[in-house]
Amino acid sequence: MPFELTKDREQKLAEILTRYPTKMAALIPLLHLCQEQNGFVSEDVMSFCAHKLDVPPAHVEGVVTFYTLFNRTPVGKHQVWVCRTLPCALRGADNIVAQCEKKLGIHVGETTSDGKVTLRSAECLASCGTAPMMQVDKEYFENLTPEKVDALLDKLRSD
Amino acid sequence: MLKRTDYLTKVYGKKSGWTLDVYERECDGYKTAQKVLTSMTRDQVVDEAKKANIRGRGGAGFPMGVKWSFMPKQTTKPCYLVINADEGEPGTHKDRTLMEENPHSVIEGCIIGCYGIGAHVAYIYVRDELHLSKERLWGAIEEAKKKGYLGKTPFGKDWAVDVVVHTGAGAYICGEETSLLNSLEGRRGEPRLKPPFPAQAGAFGMPSTVNNLETIAAVPTAFKMGCDEFSKLSALHDIKDGGVRLYGINGHIKKPCVVELACGPTLNELINDIGGGVLGDKKCLCVIPGGSSTPILLPEETVNAPDEKDPMHKWHGMSVFDVPLGVDTMRNVGTMLGTCCVTVMAEGTCPVLAMKNLMQFYKHESCGQCTPCREGSAWLFNTVDKILDGNATMADVDNLHDIANGIMGNTICAFGEGTAMPALGFVKKFRKHFEAYVTGAKKHSEATLLVETAESGATEPAKVE
Repeated sequence: MPFELTKDREQKLAEILTRYPTKMAALIPLLHLCQEQNGFVSEDVMSFCAHKLDVPPAHVEGVVTFYTLFNRTPVGKHQVWVCRTLPCALRGADNIVAQCEKKLGIHVGETTSDGKVTLRSAECLASCGTAPMMQVDKEYFENLTPEKVDALLDKLRSD
Repeated sequence: MLKRTDYLTKVYGKKSGWTLDVYERECDGYKTAQKVLTSMTRDQVVDEAKKANIRGRGGAGFPMGVKWSFMPKQTTKPCYLVINADEGEPGTHKDRTLMEENPHSVIEGCIIGCYGIGAHVAYIYVRDELHLSKERLWGAIEEAKKKGYLGKTPFGKDWAVDVVVHTGAGAYICGEETSLLNSLEGRRGEPRLKPPFPAQAGAFGMPSTVNNLETIAAVPTAFKMGCDEFSKLSALHDIKDGGVRLYGINGHIKKPCVVELACGPTLNELINDIGGGVLGDKKCLCVIPGGSSTPILLPEETVNAPDEKDPMHKWHGMSVFDVPLGVDTMRNVGTMLGTCCVTVMAEGTCPVLAMKNLMQFYKHESCGQCTPCREGSAWLFNTVDKILDGNATMADVDNLHDIANGIMGNTICAFGEGTAMPALGFVKKFRKHFEAYVTGAKKHSEATLLVETAESGATEPAKVE
């Protein structure tokens, strides 16, 4: 079945379209809306966006593939992004990544077999003063310690 | 000289400090915008803004008032103010605090900015990851709309102003202004050739001004006290680097934080007086003065300016760590001020490993449009990796220079320089470390980025001061 937005998201899109002088400008916000609903940006989602905003499907695919945050394939229920860039690395980010990999039994870029958690490394998340840090879904967790990471991952897996 | 101020950070940490009530009570919120819109002409606003000597806070340090003056005086086209809040330069963590703790200063700045440059809409481009920042900005916009500060006739003035928060989707390059404009228009975030500059053809092909978020947040303060007075707060007012700004300190430091200071503190003051000294009481190996694209500085480097006419002469012979941090002073010591967020590395840190970490960042974030940058950033990473693994020859170390020089000046945007300059900084200043891996005197397995007291986490909780 072709992709469609829920009613409240359709309304949200209508509001978003009023913000810009062109329809195309709503593409990235629309893709976020679709991904929020669908979990990832499928072929169907891309066709839907192209049709909705009167832009060529190739343009939509070009945009989707440019940005890191659009998932091209299904991901876990929770997404864990561990910042690996230098300021975090100076405070132990590599150990945090290793701890996550060991605890979850997966490598960076993979999803746990129960579909609960996708682990990723992120480039600088603008939280260098509170390093090391990770983003879980929409929330930042800062000044991480091994204990904090353990507790956090336990919570995600039991959710 | 270290001079703490609290113009931008007064409401930080206060209960509901991000709300309109607190902003109006503590900071005379929106009174300045009202005064500007109801008593000044657009030309007066731009002339006054120039006196503030606000050097762009995003890293390039271009004077804000001068940028505003590039906008067309008479035009039938719609104009736009675009605020760059795509904070993602490694080591930079200041704009986020403003959005989360003092969003109304941004909105008030947008009102004054829109009026000054002739725009009716301001787009604030926030990176998608900063969910709390977006929420606080939208909240501030709603509050301001309800009070009539935003809308068709702000403060009764017939000059409509609307502010919109736009989000990216995870691309460092979108912090580059023309790439940001493409992203705002719903395109791939690839930088555009300049000219045309944004003031001629920016967002949606219309005249636009792109300002950093901290730059615009400083505008209400500057206009409130008088832009000349604001500029004079800085120790570098004489060289047109004015006002106050946010300084960050991170890495191997006892108290990582963001702090507001009058422009012109020295690195030593930031490290010792603000940051509480280097972690584990170690010696400082080097610092990245303002985000990863700024070449490193070593404490043993000194200023060489024997000529009395040289603007740097008054610091001749002193350590670069004792030179006031300013856009021009840092350029004169061979680096850049950048975003004013300092990353400290303690003795014992492997500079080759640090460079590899950063080159991995640039390799990942190059947009791929220009070949020298796309290929060069990957070559730099691969070569450093090879050196670390002990598989390289001395020719590979020299090759790092060639690759970096091959990128510089050969790309559409400054990302190329942002990759090549720090790479050259590491290779020139720590060449012996690179050679030690070639000769086998050092081994990758022994290299570390950690200091002993910070095994796997912060030793002291960091906070915003």
